[in-house]
Amino acid sequence: MSEVVSMDEIRAISERLGVDLAKINLDSIHLPPGDDMGIPSDDEDLLKEDALEEDQGFGNILVVDNLPVVPKEKYEKLEGVVRKIYSQLGVIKEGGLNMPVDPVTQKTLGYCFIEYNTPQEAELSKEKTHGYKLDRSHIFAVNMFEDIEKFLKVPDEWAPPEIKPYVPVEMLQKWLTDDKARDQYVIRSGGDTEVLWNDARQMKPELVYKRPYWTESFVQWSPMGTYLATVHRQGAAIWGGATTFNRLMRYAHPQVKLIDFSPGERYLVTYSSHEPSNPRDTHRVVLNIFDVRTGKVMRDFKGSADEFAVGGTGGVTGVSWPVFRWSGGKEDKYFARIGKNVISVYETETFSLIDKKSIKVENVMDFSWSPTDPILSLFVPECGNQPARVSLVQIPSKEELRQKNLFSVSDCKMYWQSNGDYLAVKVDRYTKTKKSTYTGFELFRIKERDIPIEVLELDNKNDKIIAFAWEPKGHRFAVIHGDNPRPDVSFYSMRSGTNTGRVSKLTTLKGKQANALYWSPGGRFIILAGMKGFNGQLEFFDVDELDTMASAEHFMATDVEWDPTGRYVATAVTSVHEMENGFNIWSFNGKLLYRILKDHFFQFLWRPRPPSFLSKEKEEEIAKNLKKYSKKYEAEDQDVSLLLSEQDREKRKKLKEEWEAWISKWKRLHEEEKMEREKLRDGEASDEEEEYEAKEVEVEEILNVEEVVIPFEDSQQ
Amino acid sequence: MRPILMKGHERPLTFLKYNRDGDLLFSCAKDHTPTVWFADNGERLGTYRGHNGAVWCCDVSRDSSRLITGSADQTAMLWDVQTGAQLHTFTFDSPARSVDFSVGDKLAVITTDPFMGLTSAIHIKNISKDPSEQMSESVLVLKGPQGRINRAVWGPLNKTIISAGEDAVIRIWDAETGKVLKESDKEIGHKKGITSLQKSVDGSHFITGSLDKSAKLWDIRSLTLIKNYTTERPVNAVTMSPLLNHVVLGGGQDASAVTTTDHRAGKFEAKFYDKILTEEIGGVKGHFGPINALAFNPDGKSFASGGEDGYVRLHHFDQDYFNIRI
Repeated sequence: MSEVVSMDEIRAISERLGVDLAKINLDSIHLPPGDDMGIPSDDEDLLKEDALEEDQGFGNILVVDNLPVVPKEKYEKLEGVVRKIYSQLGVIKEGGLNMPVDPVTQKTLGYCFIEYNTPQEAELSKEKTHGYKLDRSHIFAVNMFEDIEKFLKVPDEWAPPEIKPYVPVEMLQKWLTDDKARDQYVIRSGGDTEVLWNDARQMKPELVYKRPYWTESFVQWSPMGTYLATVHRQGAAIWGGATTFNRLMRYAHPQVKLIDFSPGERYLVTYSSHEPSNPRDTHRVVLNIFDVRTGKVMRDFKGSADEFAVGGTGGVTGVSWPVFRWSGGKEDKYFARIGKNVISVYETETFSLIDKKSIKVENVMDFSWSPTDPILSLFVPECGNQPARVSLVQIPSKEELRQKNLFSVSDCKMYWQSNGDYLAVKVDRYTKTKKSTYTGFELFRIKERDIPIEVLELDNKNDKIIAFAWEPKGHRFAVIHGDNPRPDVSFYSMRSGTNTGRVSKLTTLKGKQANALYWSPGGRFIILAGMKGFNGQLEFFDVDELDTMASAEHFMATDVEWDPTGRYVATAVTSVHEMENGFNIWSFNGKLLYRILKDHFFQFLWRPRPPSFLSKEKEEEIAKNLKKYSKKYEAEDQDVSLLLSEQDREKRKKLKEEWEAWISKWKRLHEEEKMEREKLRDGEASDEEEEYEAKEVEVEEILNVEEVVIPFEDSQQ
Repeated sequence: MRPILMKGHERPLTFLKYNRDGDLLFSCAKDHTPTVWFADNGERLGTYRGHNGAVWCCDVSRDSSRLITGSADQTAMLWDVQTGAQLHTFTFDSPARSVDFSVGDKLAVITTDPFMGLTSAIHIKNISKDPSEQMSESVLVLKGPQGRINRAVWGPLNKTIISAGEDAVIRIWDAETGKVLKESDKEIGHKKGITSLQKSVDGSHFITGSLDKSAKLWDIRSLTLIKNYTTERPVNAVTMSPLLNHVVLGGGQDASAVTTTDHRAGKFEAKFYDKILTEEIGGVKGHFGPINALAFNPDGKSFASGGEDGYVRLHHFDQDYFNIRI
């Protein structure tokens, strides 16, 4: 093993050897081949995998087993059959089909080699033809030529795996136990990725961990904040801890583009799409589902982009992410994807389809999971004489819980409330003339008996709906409706004063500059934000009091994010704009706490928190005795603010003193140089304005001369 | 008070300069005629006709009798302030960017741009009292820095010359020998091109504005960094109040990108900062293009800003301004 050599030592050595470090081009130095000078490389295992493919270059050769054994006469016929099968899947190289023959019997040996132009083609036809039934007794077994060697290495006898000693790891939830109860966030600007504490009391962030070039495209927290995922060319990696951010696991997936955690952060889905070798084909898509903790691939899905790009409105082309939607709750029991006329629901125990088959739904357009229960809601548009419908399906029984038929529908959108208590379906319907549409809502009460449905129409049903959002954990929702430039914002509650089973309107705010709604994760507070065209108008609104707490602006803001506790809000201008990149941190009631400017600002993400570990009783107890608990924090707040103002005063005093010192120094020098300066000016003395003498000068000016004859009156006359 | 809008230039403003008494304001623009205005009411007093290219910079002598201007027509001209007569023309092989009279007005420093294979240069010229004796030869020519030199001014007692430009480095040169005495540190200095430089009234310190969205205050003798003012727009112009501890930064989005965004995105305000605490105090809106030039009246009671929009805006401060406390 080599030792770490410091830069100073290097300098000392190079001086001793008479080498000028500045003149050496470090890139020109190569180690002798095969010698690593005792410096092991970090990513040896990755390199090894790559080397196999490139050095040998047999990646494009397939071995097809279980062919029929035929005598010489039938050789050509069999070759023709094989060639026909395999040339459909790619271009076989000239002379690339080789079927060995037993030199004694002149019979074929029951296998052949196929060489394609590219490894991609080989890979594809391996997938397609492995298990291909030529007839009942000849089922193809297809392998890559490169893998044969690997298979040969498998020892015949089973050896018990080595048991690695247990190495205790850092507690990954440690950041939750911060003394000051702060939250973390990650930012990405330029090449740097930084994790920071939001120290709102000190009105500034505190650096936790910084690393340049941590990721090659983006970073993402896992849903409960345990891991930070980074994305690289070779695959994804996760990092964890409160301050150390050690690498916990790697997931190899070349050219990974997108990643998605399951809500309980047990599984990680990675996605990549690859250019087809034949430009007429669609992109090939590869999806892997990893177990987050062991790093094992639980299941992979491969296919053309078309297979994964069904659903969405108006026949969307391209894959809509996430392809797999996870059923709510921490158990991560089910995940589902939509296909042509089917919804495929998988369960994670075996990673196979429930009941081994998908749910058949003709023309299904969209579906979504309840955030808490294994219930699917799906939307089927109108088709022929069939009306459009929205239905709720229980998993795993696949039983339809509720269904609602809808007529003359142009589009539907489903919004689940975060506790899974309610489902709102926004329905756009055609007017009688079919020329325009209007919007209404169908509100499902999931937790009540028989799931009653209520229809809600806005006061002016021709209003366009710009945004809709449920209050997290609550019973209210907000809608932005109306026509630009100044739409209205309405708040509704699923309960009305006396009757808990009726929806009622709370209020409508007229003419707001808003086009997006951001509820606090704790409910009650909401930000009505005017993004894009409205240049970042922010209105902090209290829905309990139906009162605006503050109005502010973060000019050109592109993102608004509440911290997981609902105490602070971050607004950011990301690099879609050229100017003023950076972020602002606000308190929940709209007070600007601090702002940070960063050029090339890409991402701002709060570290999510897991659901509270406290029991329901404990939470109620705390809510009841809030005064008692908050006392401690109020005292701390006061201490900090006193300290801050003290520090501020100190700082100002110091700055003033420093400045005075400069001034007096300059005055002295200025005095010293006075004589010389006079000489330069040919004896003209005045340096400063003050040396001017103000004299009062009286100037008399004759304006006019007139002769007037004054008549003399003799009074004595 | 409502600002006085001075319309007279047809092209973007490049430089503003008050005379020592503060009664005259000289303005340079990309049109070819430097103009002189009454600094009090913004009335146009006259123009100096003769240049054949954008005029980048000017300086006026202490007694307000001479004006020197540097122009893209590869000349620097000496003018009689009162009559507008051309007294002398210095010709160069490349555009003249910056001009500055020394203490005593017997010397002038003129910088020229890199042009057609020529590197940028700093020329020192003798200025004669009698225009008929004026010589064209340079006393000294300083060369070395890469890229344009945007500004060069005299140091204390004409012993040094301070230059700053596109290479983001501030240099102090010996005005006798032409050697570089000091260079600003790459770490603490500006990260992008320096657009403007202004000395304090007593010549003891100076401020630089840069495209790296900051302005910095330096000691003129030791080149020590004293203060740093950060903003969110590229800085094109800087000036310091001679009366209060205030610094004004002007700038904005690059002119070529202005039309693509909301006018508020451009940040065309003149921003006031507390000189000592380096905190922002306020801003003066008005221009609808980036600010290219700023100048304080020597009495500190008014200031002028010149923009890419071709206007000079003359602001006389209200009483409230003098009562600002932070």
